[in-house]
Formats: sequence, structure tokens, C-alpha cells
Amino acid sequence: MTDTAIPPPNAVEEGKRRRARIRAREAEQKRVRTLVTPEGAALNLKISTFGERLGAFVLDVSLQFIIMFAIIFAIAFVAGAMNFNGWQIAWAVAMVLIFFVRNFYFIFFEVGRKAATPGKRALGLRVADRKGGRLTANAVIARNFMRELEFFLPLSVLFSFGADGVEGWINWILLIWCGIFVLFPLFNKEKLRIGDLVAGTMVIHAPKVQLLDDIASAAPKSEVTSVIVFTPAQLDVYGIHELHVLEDVLRQSTPEIKRNVANRIATKIGYTPQAGEGDVTFLEAFYAGLRRHLEQRMLFGQRKEDKYDQR
Amino acid sequence: MSDRVMKSYRFREERETDWKQLEQIIQRAESRGVGGLSDQDMEQLPGLYRQAVSSLSVARSISLDQNVVAYLETLCARAYFFVYGTRSRMSERIAQFFARDWAAAVSAAKGPTLLAFLCLFGGALLAFFLTLNDNEWYWTFHGGWDSRNPNATYDELRATLYETDRNIVDMLGAFAAQLFSHNSGIAIFAFALGFAFGIPTAVLLIYNGVYLGSFYAVFWQKGLAYELTGWLFIHGVTELFAVILAGAAGFMIGGAVAFPGRKPRMQSMREAGEKAAMVIIGAVVMLFLAALLEGFGRQLINSDTVRYTIAGSSLVLWLSYFYLPRRRTGDRRD
Repeated sequence: MTDTAIPPPNAVEEGKRRRARIRAREAEQKRVRTLVTPEGAALNLKISTFGERLGAFVLDVSLQFIIMFAIIFAIAFVAGAMNFNGWQIAWAVAMVLIFFVRNFYFIFFEVGRKAATPGKRALGLRVADRKGGRLTANAVIARNFMRELEFFLPLSVLFSFGADGVEGWINWILLIWCGIFVLFPLFNKEKLRIGDLVAGTMVIHAPKVQLLDDIASAAPKSEVTSVIVFTPAQLDVYGIHELHVLEDVLRQSTPEIKRNVANRIATKIGYTPQAGEGDVTFLEAFYAGLRRHLEQRMLFGQRKEDKYDQR
Repeated sequence: MSDRVMKSYRFREERETDWKQLEQIIQRAESRGVGGLSDQDMEQLPGLYRQAVSSLSVARSISLDQNVVAYLETLCARAYFFVYGTRSRMSERIAQFFARDWAAAVSAAKGPTLLAFLCLFGGALLAFFLTLNDNEWYWTFHGGWDSRNPNATYDELRATLYETDRNIVDMLGAFAAQLFSHNSGIAIFAFALGFAFGIPTAVLLIYNGVYLGSFYAVFWQKGLAYELTGWLFIHGVTELFAVILAGAAGFMIGGAVAFPGRKPRMQSMREAGEKAAMVIIGAVVMLFLAALLEGFGRQLINSDTVRYTIAGSSLVLWLSYFYLPRRRTGDRRD
């Protein structure tokens, strides 16, 4: 094998890294729920993580507060400008508006076409039916009213009791209650909270992805590229994981990183760069060659997952 | 030359424009709704969608370009949610809710409603007789801050029932305060607590009944029961009905969890949740109306007879709206 020529300096370390990577990929696979459409095609939906949902929730609550303050300031400003002295009326109008914001913010946005509140949208999340059916307004209402119980009830009681200080143990019970409900999504596979359970919904991670140019096509037009030809032995060194890493490197990294990667690949496969050949030219040519090679093998049913996959 | 070009690249090149077109249609549909689509879009959408879905399964097996596969995954998911998503408009859905769905959901839940009614008024009766026998019971149920307690005089109690200076500002204030009063909170919690087999819902309803009953007993002893009933029920019919319905929604979920029958427990809960949600959103609407009645009606109207008339007619109205059988006109659409 070629590995005998360059003994790996820290094989133990690399083995650990590989196992960690495989574990991470398996964890990622666990997040995927396959939904078979009526056409018989499988769609892979990704369950959102607890962190993403928490982030979205924090964003939404902050936005609600901003809207409420905006309402109060707008009404105060208008009333002030008109020399209007009925502060109680202004207050009452503000309260009514705040009532609607407080109770229907989540429902309004989730019933809408995007099935997501602004906070969820910002993080690429959306609400979906757990069985792949249509998301009904009733489900949205149920899951959002449950939130009152899960979060706002214990919190509001906590604050109202907190002033007394007498019944400290009640505070602890409420905190535990709040903790159980808030952390509930951590303890099931689909990261459901109680509201999702009752409504039969789940929250999925489906951010918009732009279709970028194919690197293989963007490669400098054939004159130079066709000159660089890799032998099958050179292309057999790497697998699909390395191909994907290379794709990321080519799409989003600095020239220095590209130079380092190019040097390492050239050393590893024993390739001597020709005069006047840039790093990017080499990397793109190698990417195209490697992808063609691996795709061909895949068509014959051989998926070479990574460079350690020797079949 | 053609030998040099990858299969996956040629595959992409042939279909890319269609994917982009589908993406644009979906983009328009997501921001402006079905109304934002032209006839041509609608005509093309099914074909483009099916093509994208089949492209996805091909791409998974022949392409190693991460970006293409990820792009198709999200594009197909978005298109799927749009194509198989809900069709009706918000306004249509609201109209249908008031015309049919709400009453149907409420009248389908007669059992839980009766149970919630018994909990609330059973608690009220119990506390009423306890307090009549021994005034000390009042203090068990109420804090000391309320001036309407057994030690108050007839005149003091009577003064709380009628408004002497009527001021639109106070009414608005009372209305707004009512919105945030504990009733709407209780309704939502009675629903949300239902999933623990309905037990917390029952406790909550009974507790509220007790509160009401002991309060009533104080006025009864002073001979103000007739006046209090008018004061209470002008909006109380609507408000207590809403609380009972919210409790019924809680019992529906609790019952589905405790007795799922042949269905899996999760599915049973989810189906009950759908129906209960309809009842609960209706209860919130009723509480809003009750707040209007309490804020304005009770302050404006000081005549007992008119108060009783409003209370009685609102009861008749709600009962006939919910329970009278109606012609099923909308069925053909589904």
C-alpha cells in the first residue's frame, strides 16, 4: 500500500477523528424523518434541534416585546401630538392591542403560508404535520395554547409569588415544573414539546438553499484542465467525505487555506504541479476528476465513504 | 469531449431551468399566496413539482454534488408543503368556523361540557351552603383584601353592584382590565392542563365554583341575591359558559389520554386535540364578548330587569347557536 511509504504520524489521532465523524453523521441521520409523498418519492425532513427552537423562541418573545413597546410609544406619540388628555383611553386601547399581540402572535404567523413565526423563519424552521398531512389551523391553535401552560403559567406565578418570599418551596416546585416542560423536547427523539404532542405537529429545519454553480463546470475551460490528468491510483486515494470537504473548501475559503489543501493533496497523491499552474486550477481539476471517478464507482454500487474505506 | 463531461453534470444541465422556474413559482406562492400565481403558473406547477421530486431521487443516487442534493431537498419540501398544504384562505376559514365548525365541535362535546358544568356549579353549591352555615368558610376561600366580605353592611355591598357615575373612560379601563383578568387565563389553563387525565382541569373548575359560591352566599345573607344575580349574569352567562367550554376542552384531551380505546394513545390525544382546539378558540371569543359586556354593559345598565333580560337572552342565544340542529349546507365542498 502507499501508506507504507509515508507512515501516518498519528494514526491513533486520525482513527479517533474518524470515529467521531461517523458518530456525528449517525446523529445527523437520526434527525432525518423520511416522508413518502403521494408520488412515492421520499423527502428527507430534518427535525430541528432543541437549540434552534430555543433560539427561535427567544427571538419571537423579544419581537413581541418590541411590538408591544412600539404600540405603546406610537399611541403615546399620537395622543401627545393631538393634545389629547384621555390617558386612560389611550391606555385601554394599548391594552387591547397588546392582548392580541400576546395571544395571537404565534397563531397568526404559523397559520400563514410559511407556517413559521419570524423567529422560526430567521433560523430556517417551520411547523409541519407529523404524518406529512396538511397542517390545520386547529393544530396550530392547540400547540400554541399549550405553550401558556408549559412556560408562561409557571413564570407568571413565579413572579407573583416571588414578592411574598414566604412560600419559598412553591417557587421551587414551579421552577421544577417549568424545567420539566421546557426541557421536555430534550428527552424524545423528535424533539417534541407537549404542545407538539397534543397537536400532532413537529418543527423541521428546512432553510432555503441557493443553487450554486457546479464547480466542475466552472473549472477553467478545457485547455488547461484537460492537460491535468490523474491516474486511477491517484483518484483512489480519497473518498466521498474528502470530496465534500473539498467542495466546501472551493466554495468558501481563503486563498491560504486553498494553498495548504492543494499542497497536502499534491503530496499525498504524489503529483508534481506543472509550471504556471494555480492552486485553484489544480483543486478544481482534481475535484472534477475525483467526482467523476467516485460517481462512476457509485453507479456500480460501490460507495467509497472516505479515504479509509478500502474495498 | 462528451466523454469528459460527467453524467451528473449533464443531468443537472438539462433540468436546471425547470428547477429554477419551480423555485420562482413557490417563492411567489409563499409571499403572495395562491392569488399571486398566474394561470400559466398553475398549469405548470404540477408537472414541475413531479419533475423536481423525481430529480431528487435520481440526484441522490448519481450525484455527489452536495449543493445540488441539498438544494433539491429543500425545493421539493417547499413545493410539497405548498402543493399538499392547506388550500383555503384565512377569511374563508374564519367564516366556516363561525358558520359551522365551532357549533359542531361544541355540540359534539356534550358529555365533557356537562362534566365541566357539574364541576363548576357543584363547587359553587358546596361553598354556598358551607358559607351559609358558617361564615368562617368565606375566609378559607378568599383573601382579606376584598371589601365584599361577611363583615360588610347591606349598603356597602349594594353600592358595589350599581354604578353611580358613568364615565366612558372608566368603562374602557374596566374592559381592558377585564381582558387581562384571570378568567381568560383560567380558560386557557383549563384546556392546557387537560392532558394530565383532566384532573387539574376538574380541580381548577371546582376551585372557581367555590370562589363564586362563597361570594354569592355573602350577598344572599344580606338579602341581595336578586341584585347580585343580575350584576353577575349580565356578562356571567357568556363568561361562565366560556369557562365551562374551556374545561370541556380540557376533559376531551384528558379523556382521550386516559381512555384511548383501540387507537394508540398519541393518535387519540392528537385527534382530541384538534377538536378541543376549536372549542377553546371559541371560548376565547366568548370571553372577549364577555369583557365587552362587563366593561360597558354592566356600567351602563343599572336596571335589574334589563340586566336579567340580557342575561336570559344571551343564554338562549348561545344554547340555540350551539345545540340547535342546522341544515348542513357546506358538506358538498369537502
